[in-house]
Amino acid sequence: MKNKILNFLTIGLAAIALTGARAQETPINIVSTINIPGQVKPVLIALDGFTGEAAAVLNFDLYVQGFKVVTPDAAQYLIHGTGAGSVTGTVTDKIAKRVVLSRSYNGASLRRQAHAFADDIVQTIQNTKKSIGQTKIAFKSQSAGGAGEIYIADFDGYAAQAITTDSAIVAKPAWVPGKLALYYTSYARNNPDIYYHSLSSGQRRMVAGYSGLNTSASVSPDGSKIAMILSKAGSPNVWVCNANGSDLKRLTTGIEDSSPCWSPDGQWICFATKIASRRRLAKVSVNGGPVQALNTAGVSNPTEPDWSPDGKWIAFTRQAGDFDICVMAADGSLPVIVLVAGQNPSWAPNSRTLVFNREIGHRQVLSVLDVLTKQYKDCVRTTGSNSQPAWAR
Amino acid sequence: MKMNQLIFSLVLALAATLTTTGCKKGTPKLTALPGQRSGVVGGEYPPSTLPPANPFGESGLPTGTGLGTKTGGGPTTEFNMDDYKQDHDALAANTVHFAFDSAVVKQGEESNIAAVATALGANVSDKLLIEGHCDERGTEEYNRALGERRALALREALAKAGVSPDRIRTISYGKDKPANPGHDESAWAQNRRGEFILLHPKAGV
Repeated sequence: MKNKILNFLTIGLAAIALTGARAQETPINIVSTINIPGQVKPVLIALDGFTGEAAAVLNFDLYVQGFKVVTPDAAQYLIHGTGAGSVTGTVTDKIAKRVVLSRSYNGASLRRQAHAFADDIVQTIQNTKKSIGQTKIAFKSQSAGGAGEIYIADFDGYAAQAITTDSAIVAKPAWVPGKLALYYTSYARNNPDIYYHSLSSGQRRMVAGYSGLNTSASVSPDGSKIAMILSKAGSPNVWVCNANGSDLKRLTTGIEDSSPCWSPDGQWICFATKIASRRRLAKVSVNGGPVQALNTAGVSNPTEPDWSPDGKWIAFTRQAGDFDICVMAADGSLPVIVLVAGQNPSWAPNSRTLVFNREIGHRQVLSVLDVLTKQYKDCVRTTGSNSQPAWAR
Repeated sequence: MKMNQLIFSLVLALAATLTTTGCKKGTPKLTALPGQRSGVVGGEYPPSTLPPANPFGESGLPTGTGLGTKTGGGPTTEFNMDDYKQDHDALAANTVHFAFDSAVVKQGEESNIAAVATALGANVSDKLLIEGHCDERGTEEYNRALGERRALALREALAKAGVSPDRIRTISYGKDKPANPGHDESAWAQNRRGEFILLHPKAGV
């Protein structure tokens, strides 16, 4: 039990070395912060000198990674610089009274430079190597008639471009990890079939086109296998196959299976199902075997699980009247945490931020959520209803 | 004492790291960003413009029906839809409706099932496509599976009424094709449905 709790502790070592102090007298403060999703206070920052696009990018990127812009008096970090022509900036820690980051950028676009500066700020202040400013998402955009296209965009919704022009119902894009390639469902041949699409060559090929339902593709972390929902055996169940569709194997026989996703070690498939008349999330070994219920007791209608890249968390959607984004500890050691209204959560590479969709006026809008602080901001909109985002990672 | 010394040297090391990673004011480090690329996916750089999507290629892999089955309807049926003309009108009056979040064919729908069975009995060369649909109160992929379960439940009911399941294909549209675009209970009730599309062989097939 103690070990499990320790898993969720971020141990920060704050050392205050007093000038001239003798070794024995040096005070050492060990500060433990429990990183409970939804309960972490944002880091307070002040932005100064940035205008226009650079200011907008910094505001968005930092807000959805756990920072909050306040007045300089209230801020712990002062971020000063300019976005005129190119981005230059410094970050001053007011408590430590020193500059912790000073950098300028050239090349690419001003927007990209601002994202790169945001990345450096996050990495410096949060002491992490993971940041999201220059990452991509894929999603579906649908018109009122049901037909739609698969899009890719920057994670904040900018630079969106349709990668299909089929005017067909589409669903559930899934990135191949580390590759410019996607799997998705398309009804272009009047059946929900799963296709592979290389974005660098434009090549597409069918991976699952069986009679009945072929949908909800999810790619294994090493890119070698696909998990998906097929109904070919008479009910919608979880199946796996190789990346090219070969070596097809049925993993489950439940009556209400949906939405498979992979554990980051590639050993487990997590999915939504019904066990003993209760909707549950469950996992099954990729090699088959018994289905194991996860600790989602008390949560109504959990669906759409997505396992964080660091292995610690599973984000999912619950339905209790409306839809809510939830997270649970993958090892079941914490109660399920309900975050904000929305559906279809997908983890960023940093295992901290989610992209999801939420309803505004009967349309779905993409939004980016910092799991720890519950801060979220909507992405720039693409025409139509945008949903089922997938974060490239 | 020894412990204290150890901790002190750790603190010194930490302080040294912080000092070296910090920068002096006025001499910002320069980060050059490559090209005009707006983002990097994994190890790959996107081309400045993406090539258009090619037509869907064949997989070269076998398609077809599956392994064992639990339900009375049996594995899904494979026949080429392109060989048939879709008749949406013939059985439009026999659309079956479902309870919220249910794939159970309700009591009271027997006459619709019987009418569809009769139509298929009258023309033995005809086949059937069953569309499963859902209301908007369910997540997208859950509903896509629910719509398929509804279509398969109707297929099973027709099998019990004497229609060979080999003549029946299913398709789920989830919540993507509502019959009524409204957002109230009366619209939802109309949208939770299974539609029957009669398939007439095209000439020469």
